[in-house]
Amino acid sequence: MSTSSFGEPAVQELEHQLDPNTTGARGRDTTPRRRVKRKTWQTVIWFVVLIALTALVLYPLVWLFFATFKPNAEFGQNTGLIPENPTGENYLKVLEGIAGVPMWKFYWNSLVLATAAVVGTVISSALAAYAFARIQFKGLAILFAAMIGTLLLPFHVVIIPQYLLFNNLGMVDTFWPLILPKFLATEAFFVFLLVQFMRQMPRDMDEAARIDGAGHVRIFWAIIVPLIKPALITCAIFSFIWAWNDFLGPLLYLTSPENYPLPIALRLYNDQTSSSDYGATVTASFVALIPILVFFVVFQRFLVDGVATQGLKG
Amino acid sequence: MTTTSTRALVTGRRLPKGRLMPRRTSEAPAQRPGQRRRQWRETLAGYGFLSPWLIGFFGLTIIPMIYSLYLSFTRYNIFQPPRWIGFDNYIRLFTNDPQFIQSAQITLIYVLVGTPVMLAAALATALLLNYRDKGAGFFRSAFYAPSLIAASVSVAIVWRALFSTDGPVDNTLSFFGLELGGWVGNPDLVLPAMIILAVWQFGATMVIFLAGLKQIPKELYEAAEMDGANAMQRFRAVTIPMLSPVIFFNLLLGLIGAFQVFSSAYIISNGSGGPAGMTNFITLYLYKRGFSDGQMGYAAAIAWVLLVVVAIIAFILFRTQRSWVHYSGDNR
Repeated sequence: MSTSSFGEPAVQELEHQLDPNTTGARGRDTTPRRRVKRKTWQTVIWFVVLIALTALVLYPLVWLFFATFKPNAEFGQNTGLIPENPTGENYLKVLEGIAGVPMWKFYWNSLVLATAAVVGTVISSALAAYAFARIQFKGLAILFAAMIGTLLLPFHVVIIPQYLLFNNLGMVDTFWPLILPKFLATEAFFVFLLVQFMRQMPRDMDEAARIDGAGHVRIFWAIIVPLIKPALITCAIFSFIWAWNDFLGPLLYLTSPENYPLPIALRLYNDQTSSSDYGATVTASFVALIPILVFFVVFQRFLVDGVATQGLKG
Repeated sequence: MTTTSTRALVTGRRLPKGRLMPRRTSEAPAQRPGQRRRQWRETLAGYGFLSPWLIGFFGLTIIPMIYSLYLSFTRYNIFQPPRWIGFDNYIRLFTNDPQFIQSAQITLIYVLVGTPVMLAAALATALLLNYRDKGAGFFRSAFYAPSLIAASVSVAIVWRALFSTDGPVDNTLSFFGLELGGWVGNPDLVLPAMIILAVWQFGATMVIFLAGLKQIPKELYEAAEMDGANAMQRFRAVTIPMLSPVIFFNLLLGLIGAFQVFSSAYIISNGSGGPAGMTNFITLYLYKRGFSDGQMGYAAAIAWVLLVVVAIIAFILFRTQRSWVHYSGDNR
């Protein structure tokens, strides 16, 4: 990230251009000067266009942040960015929660689900990826093709049978239907990402270890896992964010409000069409986003590079 | 789909027909004593490591798929056992269900308009960022942020507020003399609002494009410039062909992802699919039929129509890629 050096080259180029020693004297060849000038102007336009685009793209988020300080009466009248009479009462209302459940409970539920998703996804995906990338066994090619196939499969084809299955197991309105699949590597994206990463690793080390008599468990744990740590971190962050944002799963399986994670709890605010408490709705939305925004700020290198190298989608 | 190497899609390299992975170097040329036992041990280890995935793959994907195909030929409401009705669900879907026809239409519009516009925005921004390295990192991250949260309920709620009557978008447009009113309650404008939401999350796609652009050898551009090609010609003759595997990848995932939009439509319409059914995307319609009306068999039929449409689109894309996707490297 080079936010600190933001715009520095443009300034340098401007200075360079204004320096009397570099401006071509009359009658001499002036092509270098003209080229510098053209380049500078291009850079300036480049910055202006991108800053305008950034403002446009980030506007919804900035608007949300400022809207959390607007009193209810201001919604509908003041649609601008800055609240006229800033207030903190929205946050107090949100803290109380909704439907008799305090806010911290929704947060806790989201945290439990997302943490379980991270642990399950990372362990099961790494194991499967090791088999696909590093072991030769009968049926490897066809199973690998099947795994790639599930990448393209619309998830909705299996939601009804899965619902019936978990319903028959008596797991509706518990966290199990949301947690168990994560431990079974059902998210093919993570398996695929780790396979790609493991294939890049040189084979010398594990071949040497094999000659020394190490088995696959040993090689996986002592050699591969330490080497693929960056990819595992990318998987962990993404599975956390996806689980945190997940709406359909909790909507299907969780029925009592004290089990709700944040996205479903937000629905309760949004559904209140009668009272239309905009302040609380907007503020609860913002509060639900905070962990992801923090994750983004802290880990953006991992997130953006993870996407760039592996073609993972947000 | 299996006729073309899936690995080629990702690595941009083409492998011999029928092969999904490169040949392993240690593949045994001849059987030696102890070889079979070792092979057996390897297979055992392979399936051992794969066992969680195998349970998930068969238990939560393959068997449920077969079961949902069966259900799609039945009438089933959970309380009574499924009753076989043959093709009735499918016939009803296409001949006697205007809600489904509308749902399919708006989903197709959303996919066929939203995905290309999103790809174009992503590619244009990637080209802009590729112009210079200094400072580009900041913009790259800023544009990427929305794609992490676009699927969240929070953002759908924000969208509702932004595009409501007297909301920020409405006010800005009426300042320019465009009196459109609220978008969310307007059947003509709610779909465009949804498409804008899809385009807004172009960041992840842009990052993949940017990575692809960085891999194009500079010499190609220099050679084209020496031949007198202008910027537009260089873009068409060098950038597009060299980027075509990445375009293919983004297009495929973009289309498939767009077919499955659910939570934003649910939140923006309060679960109704309104106004006038214009946010009743196919997944939302499936959810309503299956879980609100208890028509599980009918919902399974909708799911299978969705699956077939996605499969057809993927198949067409894979079939046409020969004519427009350019893979460098070993073309055998």
